[in-house]
Amino acid sequence: MKIMAIKKMIVPKMLLSVVLLLPSLFVHAVTDTDLAADQPIKRSRLLVTGGATTIEGSAGGGIVPMAVISGYGAQEEQSATAFASYVDTGDYQLEVIGGSWSWRNRVELSIAQQKLTHDSLTAALSLPSDSISQRIISAKVRVAGDLIYTRLPQLSIGVQHKKNLDFLVPAAVGAKDDSGTDINFTATKLILGGLLHRNLLLNANFRYTKANQTGLVGFGGDKNNDYELLPEISAGVLVNRHWLLGTEYRQKPNNLSFIKEDDWQTVFVGWFPNKRVALVAAYVDLGEVATFKDQTGWYLSLQGSF
Amino acid sequence: MLLRPMLMMSIFLLLSACTSSPREPSLYDALGQREGIANITHQMILNFAQDERVKHRFKGVNMQKFKIGFTNYVCALVQGPCEYQGDSMKTIHAGYNYTNTEFNAIVDDLILAMEQCGVPVATQNRLLAKLAPTYKDVVYH
Repeated sequence: MKIMAIKKMIVPKMLLSVVLLLPSLFVHAVTDTDLAADQPIKRSRLLVTGGATTIEGSAGGGIVPMAVISGYGAQEEQSATAFASYVDTGDYQLEVIGGSWSWRNRVELSIAQQKLTHDSLTAALSLPSDSISQRIISAKVRVAGDLIYTRLPQLSIGVQHKKNLDFLVPAAVGAKDDSGTDINFTATKLILGGLLHRNLLLNANFRYTKANQTGLVGFGGDKNNDYELLPEISAGVLVNRHWLLGTEYRQKPNNLSFIKEDDWQTVFVGWFPNKRVALVAAYVDLGEVATFKDQTGWYLSLQGSF
Repeated sequence: MLLRPMLMMSIFLLLSACTSSPREPSLYDALGQREGIANITHQMILNFAQDERVKHRFKGVNMQKFKIGFTNYVCALVQGPCEYQGDSMKTIHAGYNYTNTEFNAIVDDLILAMEQCGVPVATQNRLLAKLAPTYKDVVYH
């Protein structure tokens, strides 16, 4: 009987304390994740500093890579990411999945599998297939500087080895090779309080490439079969530490006389609720893509960090 | 074709040139003066205590002394009416080989403390911009 009485006393008390604790649990839910007090801790770099994942698998925005190393691993840590992205411009859809591993905020290795669906093109030209896939294996090394803590911007060099897996259509429009390797020279700087006391992200990349539409339409062409060094830039503002508003511009080669290739632009919003998840939505303007003009549309990308 | 991004960049730069209006409160005032800085420091120390990455570094450290020292350091750094009489950042941290991971952890805990104390984002960023250059004096010495 005594035990029952005590139990009766304890249970309401516990309930009461749980109810009282609930608001504080709610308030602290985010902070505990941010603290990364869970072990093993592998995400010590600050929120957003791992960037999102580009459609080619390298850390960056949506179409322009940044010098940042993927994930949140600091110089004594490792990190990994996985991502899935989707772009729809009406006549084309691009699906990308992939992941990365990074070591000591120094080296980033990544892989991305792209699938471009081109139903409109298939119908217009009576093509035998309706999609082109490409696999990209990349490595990036941070050469010097730190995104935040040094005056020098973070400088990285990256290589992206691309293999087009459905070369039939690219070959038919004049592409020379089914594989190619882009080299990226990238500088990125986060200026604390740089714009209206908001943190300002500035990024420039020079890409040594001969890839047509990132390689989905092969490499090199009848008009130009040489590698070129092309500029890509992006900039963003962190409204607070969770929300990044930005824009990107990527100059493109124009190697094929049969199909014109335009430069790409995006305007994006990135949401980084914590160091595990990032979600990016963008409006993209890809210009003319393989005979279809004004390819504008939406981009969504989800990234998980481990 | 580079014109459009160049334009966007210049708009960014123009905007940033107009940021310091004369009526803006000093960083010292924005942080809530010495009391506000002391509160942030206090909360930061509580965060250190829960942070597996750095809490072992504070074993045996007189945290009351640390709190006063850090408060005065920040207060002086933001041009408040305080005198920081401690050693330079370089001297204090020399010989400990503090890591990049630990520095990031400390910054994490400071940002968290400012969030917990309700410090606005703009004020947080202004303080972080002042503190970030100490990285080279703190890490790997």
